[in-house]
Amino acid sequence: MSIVAKNISLHLAGFDLLRHIDLSVEAGQVTVLVGPNGAGKSSLLKVLTGEINPSQGSVYLNQLELSQWDIQQKANVLAVLPQHSELNFPFTASEVVELGCIPHMSGYAKDQKITADALQMVDASYLQRRLYTQMSGGEKQRVQLARVLAQVWSPSCFGDQFLVLDEPTAAFDLAHQQMTLDIVRQFSARGIGVLMVLHDLNLAARCADNLVVVNGGVLEAWGSPEKVLTEQLISKVFEVQATITRHPVTDTPLVIT
Amino acid sequence: MGTVSIPLSQIIEVVVLAVRDDVEPSQINSIVLDIRLPRVILALLVGAVLAVLGAVMQGLFRNPLADPSLIGVSGGASVGASLMIVFAGGIMVTPLAGLSLISLGAFIGGVISTLVVYRVATSSLGTSVTTMLLAGIAIGAIAGAINSLLSYFSDNQILRQISLWQMGNLGGANWLKVSIMAGVSVILLVLLPGQAKSLNGLLLGESEARYLGIDVQTIKRKLIFLTALGVGVSVALAGLIGFVGLIIPHMIRLLIGPDHRGLLPASALAGASLLMVADSVARVVVLPAELPTGILTALLGAPFFVVLLIRQRGEF
Repeated sequence: MSIVAKNISLHLAGFDLLRHIDLSVEAGQVTVLVGPNGAGKSSLLKVLTGEINPSQGSVYLNQLELSQWDIQQKANVLAVLPQHSELNFPFTASEVVELGCIPHMSGYAKDQKITADALQMVDASYLQRRLYTQMSGGEKQRVQLARVLAQVWSPSCFGDQFLVLDEPTAAFDLAHQQMTLDIVRQFSARGIGVLMVLHDLNLAARCADNLVVVNGGVLEAWGSPEKVLTEQLISKVFEVQATITRHPVTDTPLVIT
Repeated sequence: MGTVSIPLSQIIEVVVLAVRDDVEPSQINSIVLDIRLPRVILALLVGAVLAVLGAVMQGLFRNPLADPSLIGVSGGASVGASLMIVFAGGIMVTPLAGLSLISLGAFIGGVISTLVVYRVATSSLGTSVTTMLLAGIAIGAIAGAINSLLSYFSDNQILRQISLWQMGNLGGANWLKVSIMAGVSVILLVLLPGQAKSLNGLLLGESEARYLGIDVQTIKRKLIFLTALGVGVSVALAGLIGFVGLIIPHMIRLLIGPDHRGLLPASALAGASLLMVADSVARVVVLPAELPTGILTALLGAPFFVVLLIRQRGEF
């Protein structure tokens, strides 16, 4: 199954943020959105997850139109990590991750297990009893990542699950960027569809099954990273001269600027 | 303790007899049963309701400094009540109807001002906390001006009634007030704990809460209605009693954390205790007179608020 956008456009406050976009995010695959600042990546994510209704066109989640979904059932198949978090109450890390268990409520013992496992997966077990308000930016972001992982930790009876991450690695050091890629790969191997926004083209090239380039509210290119990442495209979209070579270890495209 | 000193053993005896429906009319019995007991119970109920609603407001607006009196609910309620005292006071024949009308006025005033503040602060981008607090201040200023206007045109007796009422006083407690307050408390204490999980989710932010399957708009409306109900009635029956709703949830959060499943019931208990103690102090501190209770909670609460501000300063 999939998240499918059919001919969506979005006009807000006199601006055309998105124009005639068709996009399909498949379960079990990693789809990565890249593009310059203000290209419409976050708007596209918001439309694809139902946070904003498109001005035209429609979005289908597992073949049912997004607005037809029961909000609670939807939360069982679609977990979203926003760019910024407003949380400023002193929950412990465990309590924050437990909030991710609200949609499925698998019972106290199981939720506790999921919470502990999710924290361990993002290398944040040591934060369990620490207060969220006293953590560093990267630690907060890892705890939030664990929260959305906990939301789709076990398969749901409501269909294939999707994980949507808006710049998950923005606050991360090298090791945790690597960790995020591993997690994303593990989840897609379980059959979960991953959709995320990344700024680092090399990270994107290493984990994307489908790399989608957004520019000026339209899709500029999509497909495998090998196909999409060309010197011509990077110069056109990012206005940067780059050289493309192969990564010596992973053999994925490597963008050098 | 109090203007008339009654030993504890005798109080217990009177209450036990009253429960058995076996009381003889006497001065002591009537002081205990008709003045002090309803007052203590009213203090417990009002304290519980204000504290639990303070916790709810802080959760709903994701701001630990929100409080019913800061966002204008109390101001609106006080205008509603003053209007009733001034314009409907003369029409009233029985004290029973007069009491209900003031409650009604306060309730309507509270609902209207809550809605205004909320509407002003809410745009397509969500509810802005800063706008909410500023709108609350504006509504409070308007409420204050209307109250002054009403006072200016009132005669001495009504003036005294308005100003005493605004100081917050549990002194006029009777069993009718206790029953109304008990009814409201039961509604709130039954309905609110069911919202605890949603409130926890809301602390993450409104769109995050929606992604967790929480119907944010419905819950917001429900909580705002319940807050207007609880605060409106509390203010109508006991006047303006500030800071219970602010300091109690704060203290409880420091003790057990921000999880509303524990925070709501614990705040109710602590709020009840604090207001009862404050009211008892207010009653005996300047014998043979007594202080309005609202003065005492503000005297206890305001310094605490200042300490909070100083401690928060470091985090910005």
